[in-house]
Amino acid sequence: MDKIKIALAGNPNVGKSTLFNRLTGMRQHVGNWPGKTVEKKEGTFQYNHHEIEVVDLPGNYSLTAYSVEEVVSRDYIVGEKPDVIVNIIDAANLERNLYLTVQMMELGANLVLALNMNKFAREKGLKINKNELSELLGVPVIEIEAVDKTGSDELLKTIVKVSKSPNVVLDRLEYGNEVSEHMEQIEKIIDQDIPQLDAPSSWIALKLMEDDPEIIKKIEETGKGQRVLKEVKKIQRHFNDVFGDDADAAITDARYGFIAGLVSESVKKPKIDKVTRSDLIDRIVTHKYLGIPIFLLIMWFTFQITFTVGDPLGGYIEEGFAWLGETLAASMGEGFLTSFIVDGIIGGVGGVLVFVPLIFILFLILSILEDSGYLARAAFVMDRFMHKLVGLHGKSFIPMILGFGCAVPGIMATRTLENEKDRLLTMLIVPFMSCSARLPVYALIVAAFFSAYQGWVIFSLYLLGIVVAIIVAAIFKKTIFKGMSAPFVMELPPYRIPTVKGAIIHMWERGVLFLKKAGTIILALSVVIWALSSLPVGVEYGSQESVTGQIGTVLSPIFEPLGFGEWQATVAIIYGFLAKEVVVSTFGTLYGIGGDGGGGEASADEAPAETEEETAPEEDPGFIAVMQELFTPLSAYAYMVFVLLYIPCLATLAAIRRETNSWKWPTFAAVYTFVVAYVVSFVIYQGGLILGF
Amino acid sequence: MIKTLNNLEKGENGVIRAFKGNSEVKKHLMEMGLVRGSDVKVERVAPLGDPIEVKIKGYSLSLRKEEAKQIEIEIK
Repeated sequence: MDKIKIALAGNPNVGKSTLFNRLTGMRQHVGNWPGKTVEKKEGTFQYNHHEIEVVDLPGNYSLTAYSVEEVVSRDYIVGEKPDVIVNIIDAANLERNLYLTVQMMELGANLVLALNMNKFAREKGLKINKNELSELLGVPVIEIEAVDKTGSDELLKTIVKVSKSPNVVLDRLEYGNEVSEHMEQIEKIIDQDIPQLDAPSSWIALKLMEDDPEIIKKIEETGKGQRVLKEVKKIQRHFNDVFGDDADAAITDARYGFIAGLVSESVKKPKIDKVTRSDLIDRIVTHKYLGIPIFLLIMWFTFQITFTVGDPLGGYIEEGFAWLGETLAASMGEGFLTSFIVDGIIGGVGGVLVFVPLIFILFLILSILEDSGYLARAAFVMDRFMHKLVGLHGKSFIPMILGFGCAVPGIMATRTLENEKDRLLTMLIVPFMSCSARLPVYALIVAAFFSAYQGWVIFSLYLLGIVVAIIVAAIFKKTIFKGMSAPFVMELPPYRIPTVKGAIIHMWERGVLFLKKAGTIILALSVVIWALSSLPVGVEYGSQESVTGQIGTVLSPIFEPLGFGEWQATVAIIYGFLAKEVVVSTFGTLYGIGGDGGGGEASADEAPAETEEETAPEEDPGFIAVMQELFTPLSAYAYMVFVLLYIPCLATLAAIRRETNSWKWPTFAAVYTFVVAYVVSFVIYQGGLILGF
Repeated sequence: MIKTLNNLEKGENGVIRAFKGNSEVKKHLMEMGLVRGSDVKVERVAPLGDPIEVKIKGYSLSLRKEEAKQIEIEIK
């Protein structure tokens, strides 16, 4: 069987993923491009005795070095040399889509153009003569509809044909006399000095004139580029002197000029633009007064559906695992092995699976919002607010809102942000949004100390989280993300009805990915924490004699200046790293209260990793007495602040690890949030003491 | 009459004549189709007054006024 390697390329929102899913079905693999945070989707399928390997390139508008995605696509085309590149084009938006096509032609790629969304083009009154277009470009042009079978067979047949006899397209491109002339000059020098480059020298010449940093570096690295680079500088100066504009702009102009020529030959446009359905929807959705309420309403629904449907489902999973643990513990009897299986393994697996409903539902909703086109409007509506407040993109708002429910889906939602630095910065501040797992901790402490002002105290913590996030974002923008230019230049794609298949595949992919990547980390670390709590052999689980207890005892003086230097408070903080609500049950276990009442035996049903109680701890007088013994109102508040801000839980760090594809960012997040938490709690406690609280 | 793009009223249109300044954003905007000689129309302004939505080469693009300030439009 013949093997053919193809790549799908195209602008964002042109139906690229839809086609990819249609071609490969479930036989696809999602990973990352080596060393990048950009997602890489691969799959295979068979057609007519050919095994076709497909790579879905990131959605790009261009192939400059503007974003990581562009560099990834470009390096793939140059380095991997796929047999055929299928360029999916939104027929209703031909000119801008062809800009990418032209750049792939410059690279000498073996292209097939797949015109998608022809129905929308017809609705707009556009008549595309695909034969004429194909003739002018020297590339086959096929009409398809990615959502159904239309054109599918013709496309596949053409792919096979073109893989056997590649198109020659380099000589089709025209840039006008001025650009062409200088391009040839540079090309000639490249061919003489550095002939062994793996990309066409005409492309290198263009990129050098465009001041492309990656290509300049590559040429410098050959050690033979002095003459070329000198010539390029001279030409760039010439452009500035003669046209008062840089060579870069002249080339972009020339490409669009070439496209304008193509389009005027091959497309008939209506005289007056029709008012589209999208325009009508936008009149309401981005309306001056209605826009923000509609946005908030949609956010409210997203939040409600995710957490009101997801949380109980997660709760059932949690209960199921607790039951499994208890049953096993009962039948196996007490012992080290039982504890390992029940607390370590079952607790760990349960801790992973609890998130599954949340993540599946969230991604279902997010993909519907994204595929329908609303997400771009949400960013449009909220951009000024986010930009003024935190210097972020309008799209950062959604992850932050979700963070109030749970930081894990919040962090996973950052992938809707195109700019890598925006994405990182958003990930770093999402954990400051007070998630629902912190609420039991507040509830317990507030009941013990602030019963008269419960609402206000809890509200102040939520507000504090937001304020800290804003300040931290401002600091990061001036330091580690300095010089990050994230302009808001975003397409508002036409509204479309999302496909069920697309939404479900999207949800499935993300859910499985979370399980595979984040799940293994959560599980592994849960076992580590279990081991620390159970060793040396024979100690009571999580007691002062255990390794965890000893660590807590050793570390506790660090927290003395924050008002909570007792080892129990420190151990609770260590367990809070598993999941923040565990702080509450840890106190329960350490003092032998709450939960199933009982004494201090190391039996499974009192393990700190369990959260359900017979009476809610905040209503348990025993709990309240312990809290009042351990804390003063001031130190209790400082403790809540610390729990709010310190190291995000295991699952959050695992999600950051998964999204950034490196340990660098989760480590950084853990360290810096600890510092922030320490500093803020310190200021509150010491400040409070000075003020006489 | 020449105006910068951020000063166009909702519904107003014109032809792109020049880019002021020389930022990295300029290149990106040009690649998105905001090249000289193209027709551009301001479709709407976001509820909070920024960004704006323009129609260019038959599609809708949004950008902040900060960036729109660099683009000079000739109103016919």
